[in-house]
Amino acid sequence: MAESAADVLPIRSGDDIVRVRQQVRIRAVAAGFSLVDQTKLVTAASELARNTLDHGGGGRVRIESVDLGGRRGVRLTFEDEGPGIPDIARALQDGFTTGTGLGLGLGGAKRLTNEFSIDSAPGKGTRIVIARWKSV
Amino acid sequence: MDRIPILKMGDALLITIQVDMHDRLAIALEDDLTQKIVQTRAKGVLIDISSLEIVDSFIGRMLDNIAAVSRILDAETVVVGMRPAVAITLVELGLSLTGVKTALNVERGMTLIGKRVATIRGPSGRERG
Repeated sequence: MAESAADVLPIRSGDDIVRVRQQVRIRAVAAGFSLVDQTKLVTAASELARNTLDHGGGGRVRIESVDLGGRRGVRLTFEDEGPGIPDIARALQDGFTTGTGLGLGLGGAKRLTNEFSIDSAPGKGTRIVIARWKSV
Repeated sequence: MDRIPILKMGDALLITIQVDMHDRLAIALEDDLTQKIVQTRAKGVLIDISSLEIVDSFIGRMLDNIAAVSRILDAETVVVGMRPAVAITLVELGLSLTGVKTALNVERGMTLIGKRVATIRGPSGRERG
């Protein structure tokens, strides 16, 4: 798998979320995504960046362009050292929230991407990896 | 601090969201708008989101809140100008904006609000009740 250099952006404020969206958009355009695919990935990134800020107490995202046998995509890795998610299955349900949002963040981000994985435990922080591939 | 301008157009207030919204801006907008509704006795609020490249659940919640507060203050909210890619994404995200009326553009949104005003005022043009 060939990969170009990754960007790592901090997520410490609302303004950082805006920068994450902009950078993800640039990568999605470079990978040849359609406008709808760009919009889905940027929206998923926005949801997860907000989770990192609101629930994880801040963290970072790693943004990578990926190429799997000629199929191009963008992979995002969100990490924080926050309280972690005690019950991941429940956190993925629509409408479940411990914050002030609508509780659509995790489940919504999962629906908007092709690959989704969570690694989290109470007290250990959270790591979420998503990827979306260019539609063929 | 940045603020989003609120313009009065007849019986409606028009808000054009052109920038990437962040928390403070959204809260300031809700505050400004509720005051303006009371001051101007507006019967409708048009929110033009044609410049927005994405609507996530944060913005969705803001639109729902604005619609709910406006309704209590006797003004109807119409969200106009949503881009097709944004609409497709919103549905997949699971956000259907059930509390918010929508129209394709500002003109159609104004027509919706105009109809509501006509119903409230009746044929005499005076406010009933």
